[in-house]
Formats: sequence, structure tokens, C-alpha cells
Amino acid sequence: MVEAAWLIPALPLAGFLILMVAGRRLGDPYAGWLATAMMGGSFGVCLVVLAGMVGEGGHRSFTQTLFTWVASGSLTIDHGFLVDPLSITMALFVTGVGALIHLYATGYMHGDPNYSKFFVYLNLFAFSMLMLVLSSSFLGTFLGWEGVGACSYLLISFWFERPTAATAGKKAFVTNRVGDFGFMVAMFVIFASIGSLQYEAVAAGAESLSTVTATAIALLLFVGAAGKSAQLPLYVWLPDAMEGPTPVSALIHAATMVTAGVFLMVRINPILGVAPDAALVIAVVGAVTALFAATVACAQNDIKRVLAYSTISQLGYMFLAVGSGAYVAAVFHMVTHAFFKALMFLGAGSVIHGLHDQQDMTRMGGLRRWMPVTSATFIVGWLAIAGVPPFSGFWSKDDILVNAWERSPLLWAIGLLTALLTAYYMSRQVLLVFFGKERWRTQAAKGKGRATEHAGAGHGGGGGHGGSAGRVPHESPWVMTFPLAFLAILAAVGGVLNLPFKGWALLEHWLEPVVGENLRHLSVGSGTKLALVAAAVGAAIAGIGVAWVVFGPRAGRVEGLAPSVLARSWYVDDLYRLVVERPGRALADFSASVVDRKVIDGAVNGVGALVRAGGSRLRVVQSGFVRHYALVIAGGTLAVLLFVLARSGV
Amino acid sequence: MIDWLVFAVAGAAMLAGALGVVFSTNPVHAALMLVMTLFGVAVLFVAQAAHFLAAVQVIVYAGAIVVLFLFVIMLLGIDKAENLRTEPLRGQRPLAFLAGLGVLTAVLFLARGAWVTGASSRVAPISGPGSNVQKLASVLFSRYLLAFEVTSVLLVIAVVGAVVLTGREPEVPVVPDDVPVSAGDDTIASEVDQ
Amino acid sequence: MSVPGAWYLALAAAVFSIGAIGLLVRRNVLVMFMCIELMLNAVNLTFVTYARLLDDIGGQALVFFVLVVAAAEVVVGLGIIVAIFRRRAGATADDISLLKG
Repeated sequence: MVEAAWLIPALPLAGFLILMVAGRRLGDPYAGWLATAMMGGSFGVCLVVLAGMVGEGGHRSFTQTLFTWVASGSLTIDHGFLVDPLSITMALFVTGVGALIHLYATGYMHGDPNYSKFFVYLNLFAFSMLMLVLSSSFLGTFLGWEGVGACSYLLISFWFERPTAATAGKKAFVTNRVGDFGFMVAMFVIFASIGSLQYEAVAAGAESLSTVTATAIALLLFVGAAGKSAQLPLYVWLPDAMEGPTPVSALIHAATMVTAGVFLMVRINPILGVAPDAALVIAVVGAVTALFAATVACAQNDIKRVLAYSTISQLGYMFLAVGSGAYVAAVFHMVTHAFFKALMFLGAGSVIHGLHDQQDMTRMGGLRRWMPVTSATFIVGWLAIAGVPPFSGFWSKDDILVNAWERSPLLWAIGLLTALLTAYYMSRQVLLVFFGKERWRTQAAKGKGRATEHAGAGHGGGGGHGGSAGRVPHESPWVMTFPLAFLAILAAVGGVLNLPFKGWALLEHWLEPVVGENLRHLSVGSGTKLALVAAAVGAAIAGIGVAWVVFGPRAGRVEGLAPSVLARSWYVDDLYRLVVERPGRALADFSASVVDRKVIDGAVNGVGALVRAGGSRLRVVQSGFVRHYALVIAGGTLAVLLFVLARSGV
Repeated sequence: MIDWLVFAVAGAAMLAGALGVVFSTNPVHAALMLVMTLFGVAVLFVAQAAHFLAAVQVIVYAGAIVVLFLFVIMLLGIDKAENLRTEPLRGQRPLAFLAGLGVLTAVLFLARGAWVTGASSRVAPISGPGSNVQKLASVLFSRYLLAFEVTSVLLVIAVVGAVVLTGREPEVPVVPDDVPVSAGDDTIASEVDQ
Repeated sequence: MSVPGAWYLALAAAVFSIGAIGLLVRRNVLVMFMCIELMLNAVNLTFVTYARLLDDIGGQALVFFVLVVAAAEVVVGLGIIVAIFRRRAGATADDISLLKG
């Protein structure tokens, strides 16, 4: 049963290949159905493999080698799959949530002229992501890592005719590359110190590493993770990545790709175990990022940007957990976050779709009445992320906070403050969008909002839409609402995976073979735990309360508590523009105008000119006069005779 | 004694003829000077016991080739005197003298030493009984037979070549005066216009 | 007492170089050709001299062939000259410079 693991990435790969060849012919909606079926099939195989693993009992780590990829000197890298609890957990939610999002996308992308191309990219992304999590070596993971980066670029700039989308895609790719550099150097160091890139060998050899080497490896890999999972300072690509279609935001930037960084950190827990300084750095960066992003999210008006910064913030939580040694909590939060964040992104997409490409929250409002399913599911997601018990987010966030308290009360305080802000801005979003006055009625007459999603392509989903004024929002079709409902259920009950009660900590038990030794074992008393839980819940309620007061139905306000420093995300983007873009552009201009045109072209043209000049000088020899030629022959004869004379020494 | 006298006279004739060829303005004079050189060479051939070659030299070279030269001079009418004072190509004269005298000097120096190595490749002796013709013929028709036949083919080719090269050109049709020139004009310009 | 071979060789070398200089200096095509004949004759003299010195008939056989080939060469060469210079009277070697690069 476990031997079927290779099917997990193989099915999306097959989908990719089939759609690449025949996608256009299959068209709307069959291409989408095929892609969804592949993802669903992959999820089914995951369940089969899971069943096989559960049946095994103690020994739960299987390596399936496909072939030897690199055999060069002492470097031998096998290309294969490592099926252990961690990787199968990742694969389960990647394929599961992915399948739901594929289903959603078949409805969302209906009417787009590049419908089949979208699913080509989505399946390729799924394949890369599954290679990333299932691979048995760092290099195989890197293959998937790069693959998801490339697909992310392709999907963000899917509507590339829009210059903002194209720029966002480039930004994502370049920022990711900065992180990838760290990953590559880390691989070199790992190979140099341990001699192998296979995970099992590295895990075994981690103890023998010196602290310095281990810290270096961990920090370099964290650079890669920071790029992929959008932590400070490499987070700047994620808000702009919202230019892509909403299913892309949901799948890649909420549920799967951005979790690759966290996955990598959990994978190297043996190395982190011997490099406590690196773990501290990771925890601090995670916490600071969480707070930073939460503050910025408070001042965003675009419905998707709020969710983007929210994602960055929640990822910060996961890294805080990793840095505190709470690997299980990190994975737990990763899973629950996938549920509720994907849910909310899909819900946002539903709202955008229903309001005919309106993304500005100040022009929404009162949608509860018109889009009941979307509202209900979104509210479930909101409660989950805000940390309201008994929804899943409460359990996972609390798990992290308890571990953070053990690590350092300061980190816990940052986490708590972030939780308060999270509750606040998410409540603000829900209030602005689903409650209050129906601002879209009056705003419609003034024209559409700034950020429209579909780049001029017709958007469908049931009936044509004429002019903008006077239309009411409509609920989305079942292909879009069914995933919303399913995810809402998961977001509500997902906490069951790892309840902190005796015997209910399923996930912890499940992941023990992978992280067991390095997992922080909590030593706080149950009294302290209850106090921490109460504080967390209190923060959540406080956040919701403030939002209610400011934006609630009674106040009816739309703007407020959004200083420009937050709206401009602490001017980080401007800083990058000044420090990186300007010199970079100056260098590029210099290279293009001076180096390329004058030096290189000059050299190349110069060679040609030189040859031509030499030729025209040499031309003189070809005078056409026989007597000249005869003279040259006589001269040659003389030279030969002189040579012989010199040689013979007469 | 008599050998030296013969050598001196023949040598003088050769040199005088050579200089005459080079310095004569009139090509007919040059041809006649060439004949003198050829006779000198023939005499020296006899002095070196190459009787057959001397005869052939006179018959073929002086008798046929120079006559051919004169025919062509007369045919083409390039018997006008050439102006030897001017030299249109710059630097040709000094360089020519340099090259020529250089070659002469180099050869004279080289000839002083004998640096032949290896076994002698003697074909057959010259000295000994038998006439020069006999000796030459026996070598020519046995050892060098192939070369002999090839040269005969070469002569045929030369004749064919001469006939082909100097054959008359096909007649160019003369256009009568009353036909306008532009009609059916075959110039490139008219082709392009269409 | 026969004249030593060196004198003959020196004489032949002198005639050869006179012919070479003449070829380079004269412009009239036929005179140039005659200078070539001079050079060939000088070479013939050299071969015959060596034939006598080395007591080898091969030298004389070679002269025989040089003679034949020279004759053929003159025939073809003059044919070419006739073909080219038929139309232009007073043309010299310098007027044919079509191969100018």
C-alpha cells in the first residue's frame, strides 16, 4: 500500500502533461474537471498510503527510491520518496485542500480565455509541491521548491497583460530566488559536513555537527524558508501576489507553497536541536513578522490584501512555534491555517465574483443578505482565525502560545498582542464586508473600484452581466460554494486533530517518529496553562470588541484607525525601492547603455572593423599586375635560397 | 686551350644575347637576340658532349619557337617600341634588380659547397662506348618511356589548346540602321522594369 | 683540358638572373615570354653540365623533356596572348589588371 506513494505526485504530473497537450481542446469546463479529478485521485492515494502506514504500527518511515539521480564521486543522490508521518500529513492537506480549490476554480475561472492554461499551471504546481514534501533528499525538495516558485510566478502573472500582475510575478520570483540562494549554500554546507543530502542520513549525522556548522546550516535554510514563507524581510512579494486569480491566492499563498518553509524547518529538526541559537533567531523573526504583518493588515482596504498580510502573520506564528521547539504545534497550525485561510480566500473570491470584480472593502457591506452561504462560511473562518473556542484556530494558536511562553515570556507577549490584532482586523473585515450599509449600491454609480480582478476577460458563473449600476450581488454557483462549506466544516472541527487533553493529542503522537526527540516537552503546570488560555481568549474578545465599536453596525464607520504608515506597510516597500531598485536600475541602465553598447558591441564590432581595415590594407597586394606577382615569386625564391644558405653554413 | 676559347665565345654570345633581349626596345630585335643566345647554348651543349640535344636545341628552339614568336609579333602588331625609360609601377625596378642579383649571389654561394647526400641515382653513364644519341635513346625509351608518351600527349593538348584559344569568334549580327535600338533591348534595365 | 663545370654553372646562373630581371622589368608581353625562355635555357645548360660532371645520362634526358614542355608551353602561352591582345594594339602586361582585389 505504501508502495503506491509514487502515484501521489504522478497523478498531477499526468494531469499537467495531458492538459498541456489537449487542454485547449478539452476546454471549459472539462479541463478543470480533469485537473480536479487528478487532485482528487492523488488525495485518494494519500489516504491509501496513510491506511498502510497506520497499519504498520511502530515503524512508519518508508523510503521508495526511483533511481539514482546524481552519482558523481562521493556525491550520490537518489531520487525517491520518503513517506513518513510528516510528509504524508503535508501531502494529505496539500492534495485535499488542493482538490477543493481545483473544484472551486472550475467555476471561478469560467469564461476566461486561458481557462485550460490555468489548470495546466495548477497541476504542475501540485506536482512540484508534492515532490517538495515527499522527496527523500534535500535536492529533491529543492527541485519541488524551485518548481513551486516557478509556478507561483506563472500563476501570479496569469493575467499578464496587466502590468501590475506581471510586475508582481517578477517580484515574487526574484524575492524567492534570494531565499533559494540560502537553500543552495545550505545544501553545499550539508554535503561538505555530513557527506550526503538524503534526509535520513542527515538526521542521523546531525548530532556530529559542530554547533557553528549546524547554526550556519539552519540559518541558511531559514533564509530559504523566509523567502518562500514570506517572513521579514523577504515577505514583500506576498501582498503583491494578490494580483493573481483568487484560487491561486488560496492554494499557493495560503495553504501550500508558503507552508513549504515551515515544512523544511520541521524536517531539519535534528539540526535545530543542536543549534539552539538558530532556533532562537527563527522564533524571534517569526514573532516580529507576525506582529508586523498584523499591524499592517489593520489598515488595508483591499479584501485580499488583508488576507495576505494575515497569512504572513500566521506564518510568523508557525515559525515562532518552530523556533520554540514546538514542531507539532507548528504543523497543527499549518493544517488548521490551511483550512480557514483557504476558506476565507475562496470566500473573498466569491464576494469579488458576486460583486462583479469589486475588491475594495469600503465599497462592500451588508452582503449577508445576498450571499448567505459565503457569509456563513466566512464567519466560521473568521471565528477560527480569531481564536474563538471551540474552532480549530483556537486550539492550534493556543498550542503555539503555550510553547512560546515556555521559551520566553517576551515572545509570548508578542504573540498575544498579535492575536489581539488578528481578531481586530479580521472582525473589521467581516463587519465591513458582510454587515452594515450596502455601500455598493451607491458606489456602483460612481464606477468600479481600483483593483479589478479579471483583466478585461469576460467572467461568467451563470448568466451574463450587463452594466454596473443597479445590479445586486448574487451567490456563487455550487462548484464554488461546496468547497466553502466543506472547508468551513474542517475549520470548525479541525481542532480535534490535536487536543491538549490526555490521549487526544493525535497529531503529536502521529508525528513522534519524526520530531520526537527534539520536541519541547511542556513543563508548565495546568494552572499556568489555563491562565494563558484565558489570556488568549481575552485578547480575541478584546480585538473583536474594538472592531465592533469602531466598525460595527451602530457606528457605521468605514474609515478609521488606519494611519498611512500602516497602510504603506511601514514603508518597507519604499525602502526596498530606494535601496534595491534604484541602484539596481542604475546598474542595469549603465550595463545596457555603456557596457553592452560601447564595450561589448564595441568589441564585437571592433573585431569586424579591424578585420575590414586589415583587409583593405592587404588589398593593396592584389594589384592585378602580373609583374608584381612575379616580383613576389622572385622574392620568395630569394628567401628560400637564403634560408638554405644559412642552414648549410656556407 | 681550344675549349676555353669555345667557352669564351659561346659564353659571350649567350650573355650578349641575354642582355640584348632584356634591353631591346623593339621586340623583333629581342627575338633575334634570343636566337643568338640559343646558338650559344647549343655550342656549349656540343662542348659538353650533348650532341643530340644541341641539334634538337637548334631545330626546335631556334627554328620553331622563335619563329613562332616572330609570327605572333607580326600577327598582333605589337612591334612598336616600348618606352624603357619610364616605369609605371613604383619600386618595381629597384626591387627587381635586388631580387635578381640576390638570387644570383645566393646561387653562386650555394654552388661552392657540395652537400649532396645519399646514394647516387645514376641512370646510365655518359662516357664510354656508343654515341650520345644511342645512349640517350636507350634511356629514353626504356626507363622514361611513360614520361615520353605523356609528353606526346602534352603536345597534342597544346595543339588543341592553341586552336581553341585562337579560333575565330562567332560573327556578331550587324543591326541594320533602320531598326530602332530600343525594340527588344536586352539590357538589364529593361528586364528589371518588367 | 676541359673547362671546369663551375664556369658553366656560373654562366647559367648569370643568364638565369638576367632573364629573371628582364621578366620583372619589361612590359611588353612577348619580351617577357622571351625572358622566360632565357631562364629555361639557363636551366638546360645547368642540367647538361651536371650530366657531364656526374657522368649521368639522366640529366640529358631531363633536358629533353624540358625542351618538349617548353615548346608546348610556348604554344599555349602565345595562344593565350593572341586571344587576349588580339583587339588591343600596343597593350602591355600592365593593362591586364582585372584580378585587382
